[in-house]
Amino acid sequence: MNTLKKNILSNHHNNLSVFFTAGFPTIDSTTDILGILNNTAVDFIEIGIPFSDPLADGPVIQHSSTIALQNGMTLELLFSQLRAVKDKIRKPYLLMGYLNSLLAMGIETFYRNCDESGVHHIIIPDLPIKEYLKEHKPFAAKSGVSPIFLITPSTSEKRIREIDGISKAFIYLVSGNTTTGNQSEMQTEAIQRITAMNLKNPVIIGFGIKHRVDYMQACTLADGAIIGSAFIDIIAQSNNLQDDILQFINQIKNI
Amino acid sequence: MRSARKKNMKAYTQTSDGFYGRFGGAYIPELLYNNVEELRKNYKRIIASAEFQKQLKSLLKDYVGRPTPLYFSAALSEKYKARIYLKREDLNHTGAHKINNALGQALLAKMMGKHKIVAETGAGQHGVATATACTLLGLSCVVFMGETDIARQAPNVARMKMLGAAVIPSVSGTKTLKDATNDAIRYWINHAADTHYIIGSVVGPHPYPDMVTHFQSVISKEIKRQLLKQTGEAEPDYVIACVGGGSNAAGAFYHFLKSEKTKLIGAEAAGKGIDSHETAATLTIGSVGIIHGSKTYLMQNKDGQITEPYSISAGLDYPGIGPLHAHLHETKQASYFAITDHEALDAAKELIKLDGIIPALESAHAFAVLPKMKFKPDDIVVINLSGRGDKDMETYLKQL
Repeated sequence: MNTLKKNILSNHHNNLSVFFTAGFPTIDSTTDILGILNNTAVDFIEIGIPFSDPLADGPVIQHSSTIALQNGMTLELLFSQLRAVKDKIRKPYLLMGYLNSLLAMGIETFYRNCDESGVHHIIIPDLPIKEYLKEHKPFAAKSGVSPIFLITPSTSEKRIREIDGISKAFIYLVSGNTTTGNQSEMQTEAIQRITAMNLKNPVIIGFGIKHRVDYMQACTLADGAIIGSAFIDIIAQSNNLQDDILQFINQIKNI
Repeated sequence: MRSARKKNMKAYTQTSDGFYGRFGGAYIPELLYNNVEELRKNYKRIIASAEFQKQLKSLLKDYVGRPTPLYFSAALSEKYKARIYLKREDLNHTGAHKINNALGQALLAKMMGKHKIVAETGAGQHGVATATACTLLGLSCVVFMGETDIARQAPNVARMKMLGAAVIPSVSGTKTLKDATNDAIRYWINHAADTHYIIGSVVGPHPYPDMVTHFQSVISKEIKRQLLKQTGEAEPDYVIACVGGGSNAAGAFYHFLKSEKTKLIGAEAAGKGIDSHETAATLTIGSVGIIHGSKTYLMQNKDGQITEPYSISAGLDYPGIGPLHAHLHETKQASYFAITDHEALDAAKELIKLDGIIPALESAHAFAVLPKMKFKPDDIVVINLSGRGDKDMETYLKQL
């Protein structure tokens, strides 16, 4: 069931993940893009639940969310899209979204939908750890879903250890103190301090990863990288998703 | 209602996590964690320090013009058959209660070693107050304002620029207050080391609702003292205030939250009516969710997307409400009325005619509660006149 963990732990280095927003650029793009990515060298896939007020996101992901919502994308529709293709997709995929979307659906229903749609990990940046443990964990566990938490180069060691203790797949390390897609120097020393902590979970770096160079640096420092805004830029400009996505991934992976 | 209040007398008290009952908290991405923690760990200590208190007290007195008068309106009293007093927050420097919070937070930021301020603004009142406080204290100032609001609030944009603030248009989402707030928070994420975020109302993640309430509580502190002097009673029967995010109401209610006598009444903006889809009556039509890091009532669709509020008053069209008010509403410790644009305009007209005061459109909503009430002749009613109407002249000229 937990193919993400197996994939990441068996591979452990040079993991590559991409993020895209469900329902962007068209309402049917979710499953198209998922199908294309399934036949590329990415290791796992993150699907964004579009939200009207995405606090942690920079302009590119904000814009993709706005368009997706205009297209009529909803969380319920996303789950039905995923249910329809889940048996065809071999790569692990996870959901990233904001807490209000979960609350509107109802926590228990949300986790049950995850399970039925082949989603076993979620990233909810504005869900406090304490609230996850108290109100979400019973339902998440029942549905075989576990959360992935974000840390930053300035997160305290104590907090990182706490997050490592409750994480079951990987820890999402934000490259700097920045919103998504922002060009900022990777905080190498701080990242090395974190990876030297001998955490039980792999550490994957995201936010601001755009090119092969960034990806390679992230792989040197940690266990892989997640590309979001730069990938959405490719999707937004593409006239041929199949070719452009394949080319983008191959270029990052140098295949 | 009375007995419910007695039982829940201390129910408004915040937990250390910043919860009022089930509302509030800090639902923030990890990127904001350190910023908010730094503030949470320091604000109480700094605010309680003798140096801070001395400086703020002197600024509020000599620069802002506090205490603001508590004015007995003979005309309104006669009309509504009660003893009606107006708390004149409209006479503050910059024309509204917003400066109480802006100055307090700017001073706090300075003592925390920050030299840059970021703020959001809707109508521009909080932006002007923040730009003013920054100029006075030598801090640089960035204000996010929705592109749509910039176009319709030109005089306040000009004021902020004259005061040296950089006004950055928010082009995300619906390009109004909620988006300006998102952008201010994003800016804070990206400039954490040297920047403090001055939020304009009792909203946002803990400790903001508590901190802003603290800075605005000077309003009820003065009411209590002034009322005692003028009537021999420290506690009124009613306090009435308008509510967008809810900062002037929080300030006007604060020292009466434990009173068994005082009934607290908030006036939220119904816009064109609560069934019209053009409204900002969050408590009346909203549901519980997360907005700007706080669990509270908000206006959202069934999928949890936050919807765009409407009110004739630009200061009340916020799609959420401070968690303190959500809690007071749910526990019936305060009552909230939904006031339409028309009712607010009629109330403004009446105040202008009877008392010669042109109120802010926001404050006019509080006055519109009067015709809906049945007072006893001895009742003491305090209305918080939160701001003056200069900024609303264009609307008034069109409508009155």
